[in-house]
Amino acid sequence: MSMFRDHAGRPLVAITGIGLVTPLGLGVEDNWAALRAGRSGIRHITRFPTDHLRTTIAGTVDLPGLDSPAVTSAVRVERYATMAAEEALAQAGLPRGDFPGPLMLGMPPVETEWPYRAALAAKVAPAAPLYPALADAAANWEEMYEASAFAGVGEHLAARFGTRGAPVAITTACATGASAIQLGVEAIRRGEAEAALAIGADGTVQAEALIRFSLLSALSTRNEDPARASRPFDKTRDGFVMSEGAACLVLESLEHARARGARVLGILRGCGEKSDSFHRTRSNPDGGAVIKAMRNAIADAGLEPSDISYVNAHGTGTPENDKMETLGMRTVFGNDAPPISSNKSMIGHTLSAAGAIEAAFSLLVLRDQVLPPTINHAEPDPAITLDVVPNVAREAKVSHILSNSFGFGGQNVCLVLSAEPA
Amino acid sequence: MAGNDIWITGIGLVSCAGEGRAAHLAALDSTAPPALDQTSFAPFAIHPGPALELDRQIPKKGDQRQMEPWQRLGTYAAGLAIDDAGARALVAEMDLIVAAGGGERDQALDEAVMAALRPLPPEAAAVKLNEMLAGGLRPTLFLAQLSNLLAGNISIVHGVTGASRTLMGEEQAGADALRIAAARLAEGNSRIALVGGAYNAARWDLLALYHSGGLLRQGPYQPVFSREDAPGAVTATQAAFLVLETAESARARGAKGLARLGAIATAQARRNAADRGHEAMAQAYARLAPRLPEGRLAVISGCTGAAVPTVLEREVLGGLSRPLAVRATGSRIGWGVEATFPANAALAALCLAEGRFPAPMEKLEAPFEGTPRDILVTGFGAWRGEALAHLAAIPAGEQP
Repeated sequence: MSMFRDHAGRPLVAITGIGLVTPLGLGVEDNWAALRAGRSGIRHITRFPTDHLRTTIAGTVDLPGLDSPAVTSAVRVERYATMAAEEALAQAGLPRGDFPGPLMLGMPPVETEWPYRAALAAKVAPAAPLYPALADAAANWEEMYEASAFAGVGEHLAARFGTRGAPVAITTACATGASAIQLGVEAIRRGEAEAALAIGADGTVQAEALIRFSLLSALSTRNEDPARASRPFDKTRDGFVMSEGAACLVLESLEHARARGARVLGILRGCGEKSDSFHRTRSNPDGGAVIKAMRNAIADAGLEPSDISYVNAHGTGTPENDKMETLGMRTVFGNDAPPISSNKSMIGHTLSAAGAIEAAFSLLVLRDQVLPPTINHAEPDPAITLDVVPNVAREAKVSHILSNSFGFGGQNVCLVLSAEPA
Repeated sequence: MAGNDIWITGIGLVSCAGEGRAAHLAALDSTAPPALDQTSFAPFAIHPGPALELDRQIPKKGDQRQMEPWQRLGTYAAGLAIDDAGARALVAEMDLIVAAGGGERDQALDEAVMAALRPLPPEAAAVKLNEMLAGGLRPTLFLAQLSNLLAGNISIVHGVTGASRTLMGEEQAGADALRIAAARLAEGNSRIALVGGAYNAARWDLLALYHSGGLLRQGPYQPVFSREDAPGAVTATQAAFLVLETAESARARGAKGLARLGAIATAQARRNAADRGHEAMAQAYARLAPRLPEGRLAVISGCTGAAVPTVLEREVLGGLSRPLAVRATGSRIGWGVEATFPANAALAALCLAEGRFPAPMEKLEAPFEGTPRDILVTGFGAWRGEALAHLAAIPAGEQP
């Protein structure tokens, strides 16, 4: 077996660049320092008024000009994705406008948002703002089309970074970022490309999206103390905290990376997925799909559960998820479950970006051999018997990491990230 | 790429022509204009969908209530495809790759919000927006809004629980869904996959969006290549799912294939002066060409009627310098956005399975004699995104 092939004879996929934008900061090193220090990026929302809202906190990336209700989600998604990709490409040492592979973009569904609706309503005044009139007023307003069509963000990023072929935009709810990475890994393994630019990005902290999640009773309402609101695995957890950001991973075949002398940050060694047919927002209580996704990823990596030294949790802080994830951990790993911690305790749930952001953090765990903590762990839940790395980061010997992403709609994706083979 | 042979073993089609194989064969034989609703969304026409007996594919009323029309439509068509393939027993290991658009809006609520907000200064308008949305949005609408919940509903209703991916990006998403599903099968990651998309045309919000892109026709019915007077697409309620299967899997369970799915090439030209699309399509065609036979080439075209891609497609097809017989599905079942490419692949498979080819509807559609053995499916997205697929008939001797 060649040193560039995995146990199944497929090309090994290396990560040679990462970029991060989260409420904790811009750039990999700021983010990692904050995460290691156990700092929270959750705060009171200032982007829009919070009157009439049950939840008034979120994680927001506050960039000048973008932190306004007049800016649509797609604009934020594109900006965060661009920043993350520029950082990742710089680290990988690849030129910005000529990337040797496709773009795999995990992003939220977009649509025509309120700023455009309001503008159309203003255009038709004094006539009543009814949809037929709005449609007429929208004629040939290309800016609105590009900002609201699904292909818009991907088109712009593909043009900017010079990726090959048609960009692929994917959504699998909260597993989206991991699915984007998986698409890239598969393309490289199949030999379709030597490299892939995988991005997970989200920018939907806006009133309507917040209200929608709130109506599903999914969000924490611990508004009085934002930094303490996101408390995965804690007995008093009461929901997730909405957040946003982006991560980019430059994926390339290990052979390609070595041939051009790139520094390898880690190996994306396994991907596993399994969907659930139980319910639109809940997993089957038997945990079957989550367990299968974890096992599939470990098997795809050619490893045994005992090889996994740390799990980067999905860990949203909803009562349901954390219980399910614990069941999954115990079923897959038995009594010797490795430590598991949730980045979401600090950055909140970045939704479509989460799987990619958590994969990027996992690579930093491998680099520095430090487990980031699960903060806000005040009252252990007797039903959760796992080592959640409570409150304080700690050193550990880590060679293989499992990163979990479980989505609404039953789409579960797990990744295995490993240190570079000697 | 590993070379597993891929068959299409089932199709599920819903359009203005009706549902299922027979209704669509009849539509392909017909040269009459398809069903058209010219009044409900005037000045735009739409091709309306048929009335569906939802209980036949979505037995639980509770499931039906949890979906908006585009999801019910897609879930219904997905069930038709699974039944057509006789693959109910394989759903647990079936990959699911969906090309999805966005969720439907509560139009009355949107209009009420806009009327209330318009006279207010921005800060007060933002507060009012919170108040009206927090009180007015139905919780279940969100789930109908999420693009990945078409896949979620197909998993719940039909039990499809293999890999699940939802791609976004209008027509391009439909083509890439098919390409990625086929690649996974070819590689041996999976033996069977369900691929497709659904679009509900009876929505003002998306008519507004597509009109902002200058993509819609206003005017009486004309076939897509004869719309010089007012170029544009006519949106259509449409859903199309295909069951793709390795030939080995199909033969092992005695399932006949409609057609073999050959290479699929997708591209995305900038459609500007530097990158008009001809080169991208020439490269895409070059990837398929070695397997295409000599003689008049049968083409199932995804031409939408929109101005720029229609000219591009005519030029690209003209540039192939070989005799063609083009049939545009846009003239027959309209433009189903994400569903378009899967629908066209399904129609091509149906033609190959039945040994038939649609009757010409306009001058550009040259006569075709005989039985098609190979069909080229084109996709020239109304805004951007290009795709080609090659489908071939399966010789009787290879069928189980």
